[in-house]
Amino acid sequence: MPPSAAEIEGIFRAEYGRAVAVLNRGFGDLDIAEDAVQDAFTVAVQRWPADGLPPSPAGWIITTARNRAIDRLRRESSREDRHAQAALLHAQSELVEEGPVRDDRLRLIFTCCHPALAQAAQVALTLRLLGGLTTEQIARAFLVPEPTMAQRLVRAKGKIRDAGIPYRVPDEADLPDRLRAVLAVLYLIFSEGYTASSGPALVRDDLCAEGIRLARLLAGLMPDEPEAMGLLALMLLTDARRDARTTGSGELILLADQDRGRWDRALIAEGQDLVRRCLRRDQPGPYQIQAAIQAVHGDAATVADTDWRQIVQLYDQLLAVAPSPVIALNRAVAVAEIDGPEVALALTDRIALDGFYLFHAIRADLLRRLGRDAEAARAYRAAIERTGNAAERTFLERRLRAVSAH
Amino acid sequence: MKQYLISMYQPDGELPPPEFLAKVMAEIGALRTELQEAGAWVFGAGLHAPGTATVLRPKDGDVLITDGPFTEGKEHLGGFTIIKAPDLDAALVWARRYALVTTLPIEVRPFQGEAED
Repeated sequence: MPPSAAEIEGIFRAEYGRAVAVLNRGFGDLDIAEDAVQDAFTVAVQRWPADGLPPSPAGWIITTARNRAIDRLRRESSREDRHAQAALLHAQSELVEEGPVRDDRLRLIFTCCHPALAQAAQVALTLRLLGGLTTEQIARAFLVPEPTMAQRLVRAKGKIRDAGIPYRVPDEADLPDRLRAVLAVLYLIFSEGYTASSGPALVRDDLCAEGIRLARLLAGLMPDEPEAMGLLALMLLTDARRDARTTGSGELILLADQDRGRWDRALIAEGQDLVRRCLRRDQPGPYQIQAAIQAVHGDAATVADTDWRQIVQLYDQLLAVAPSPVIALNRAVAVAEIDGPEVALALTDRIALDGFYLFHAIRADLLRRLGRDAEAARAYRAAIERTGNAAERTFLERRLRAVSAH
Repeated sequence: MKQYLISMYQPDGELPPPEFLAKVMAEIGALRTELQEAGAWVFGAGLHAPGTATVLRPKDGDVLITDGPFTEGKEHLGGFTIIKAPDLDAALVWARRYALVTTLPIEVRPFQGEAED
């Protein structure tokens, strides 16, 4: 059966990152690498439906793209383009793979997430070059006009080239810091998909899926980094609750009110298995601990069955390695389940997160449970003012009406 | 090899005490020696205060000379070093040393073209 246009697109999407990474090593230029893969796609669309799939589509894409790029550079270098000549020279000297193969995609991840680039650019580059998303898709996912996103990508690639941001995995000494930046970018992609910070839908599924795909890739490429595995586990365990988290009409359902039968048991099992593997390593880090917290939730058949003491202990551990007011806030929520809302509310008094909608939403809920409806209503209003997400706003407004009705 | 400009930005106003400056200058000197031994040194120097600057502006085919500096801000370019490095990461290793030695914010900018060896 000859492949359909959608299948060809799917194959290119899946192989895009690897192809760009290999070609970038060959040509030393991201634009040349990207154009070459695009050229190969055009050829594939013409030939594959008639000839059928090549035996190794991945190999075919890289070979075709490489040949097209060399043709293109030869044409351009005859026009006295020094840049093209340099790239051609680079390609000819490095076409052969030498030494121990460290996956090119790993180098590309570190280039995309280099700290000399703004985080918004790191995210866009990672999605474009490794994820194979189109500029239009990335622009839509982040609610940015397409020309703005295109410009962001051009500027970032220009900086990589002009400033000489290297294409390699950082040295041992820099690795922890640089890996943290990579993990932060992948988690941001996932989180933006999971709780879209603005826009009509609470969840943007494609970003979640892309975040998981990239985390899976990183965990596979860096099997000795427990935090990479921890990040993947955290995403899987969080994503397992995605369907249960909204109503049919897209409204938010809190963890406590979710139908746990709708949780994806296969994802939970995979995430929990990863958490157990992390625990055996005994090199805890923020993502592993957050994953462990989600794993505890995954074990509980009901809210009442949840091992809240263990969750509070894990939050204590998390605060020790990565102190942050948001984590202190989440810890307070768990404390409420053990010591009651009053104790938890006192804890939130000491947290400075006035600009964060969730801070007010959580305080509102604790006040509501204490029967302090007027104060709860004020807190709900403060939360509503601070969220740009329509589903969360609808949820908070419903809660506000409920406490105001008493 | 690429070349990078490492600029040191210092706040306007009074200078730090002389004993602090003497220590910084000694450490900058040691760093320069290290750069030279590594073959990475191109040029570097400290600048006089921004008030010593003179600005020239082309106007109707003539050039107007005025008292400087060109831009007024809370910080000014206090000095700079030009180094040779294979890539940004290598340049950042040196720039980081300057930041620690001077306790000042440092900017790294690539030069166009390649360095002559």
